[in-house]
Amino acid sequence: MKTYYNPEDLAQFGNMGENAPALWEKFMAYYGDVFKDGALSAKEKALIAFAVAHAVQCPYCIDSYAQTLLEMGVNQEQMIEAVHAAAAIRGGATLAHGMQAKNVIKKLEM
Amino acid sequence: MSGATKLDELKDVPAFGQRDECRRFSMTRPSLEIMQINIGKRCNLTCKHCHVKAGPNRAELMSRDVMESCLQAFESNGFQTLDITGGAPEMNPDLPQLVKTAAARGLHTIVRTNLAILIEDGFLDFPDFYAQNKVELAASLPYYSERDVDRQRGQGVFSASITALRRLNALGYGRASDLRLNLVYNPGGAFLPPDQKALAQDYRKKLLDQFGVSFNELYAITNNPIGRFGDFLDRSDNLIGYMKRLAAAFNPAAVENMMCRNQLCVDWDGRLYDCDFNLALGLTAKMPGRIQDFGGASLLREIAFGNHCYACTAGAGSSCGGATA
Repeated sequence: MKTYYNPEDLAQFGNMGENAPALWEKFMAYYGDVFKDGALSAKEKALIAFAVAHAVQCPYCIDSYAQTLLEMGVNQEQMIEAVHAAAAIRGGATLAHGMQAKNVIKKLEM
Repeated sequence: MSGATKLDELKDVPAFGQRDECRRFSMTRPSLEIMQINIGKRCNLTCKHCHVKAGPNRAELMSRDVMESCLQAFESNGFQTLDITGGAPEMNPDLPQLVKTAAARGLHTIVRTNLAILIEDGFLDFPDFYAQNKVELAASLPYYSERDVDRQRGQGVFSASITALRRLNALGYGRASDLRLNLVYNPGGAFLPPDQKALAQDYRKKLLDQFGVSFNELYAITNNPIGRFGDFLDRSDNLIGYMKRLAAAFNPAAVENMMCRNQLCVDWDGRLYDCDFNLALGLTAKMPGRIQDFGGASLLREIAFGNHCYACTAGAGSSCGGATA
């Protein structure tokens, strides 16, 4: 293995169904349903997926959803705003956890 | 090596013409609705996606004699729509005469305009002229934002296009029922177009809210992997990925309504083609002669398919009139 992430693996994702096909089929059915038009549009859900992909740092999902969104008529400006939404939550969550530190410090300091 | 030959030899891309549906619908319809004429390669723009590589330095222009031959063949063969393209059709000095003659004969005429030329000196009268002659316009506007349009078509083109659209709207285009103004979207890169209906809703809202612009319909067209767009695919190492994408998205239901089955294309010199993409590739129609010596030849012919045709059958299908499936 030369690298932990290989772009060609994205197209091989279906191979994950080889060892536990029943679970895989349930996952794929669920996945397919999640991204259909519902109370949210398929495009809104794809934008959420794209932002989450950045937050969880999945290069496969970023690759896949960037193309998906271009093919849904979403441009780079709109996609980068979605990345900022993810970044804001990650940054905000980091800062919010600072309250834990402050509480610990408050208890320990004289 | 021609573009078509190169695309036809790509590994992992099955031969388009050998698909079952393509064999089944390999012939044109018995009677054809559209005559598309490419009246010249000259253009004020050099768009990155242009399949005919039009630009200011191109010299090919259709003569008046060839135009008259087109009109004679149009009327004697029961065509219903005269679809004028280029280049920028306005840069052929004989366009006004062609349009006036077509209007006088009561022909339904479409002009494919790049919009930006309509605000250039020497071309400012065209919006009024089009309105007077009830010309239907198919206007290129590959997105509703300045950054995306200018990246694809050149600096300042979006702003010029909006100015032209406002002018056309003021004349009644896109508003009055007899002055049709349809916009044309194409992807700004190596990806497929969005759902045409959903994209039209976005266009309608953005253009009206931000610029007060309205239009009739939006045509979402797939980029054909030839011409300048083909060069981009090559340079950027996207060719194989894009061709695989097109082939994977092959929609059998889109073959029956491919535009080539319902039209004849005429190049500036009178040569005959199945579509403007085959014209750009030099793949002449499988019928004899040029429009000048067309006579009473049959329009029924086998289409010259190649792997570039996958662009017209991917997803919802694609034609000069947008989605087909």
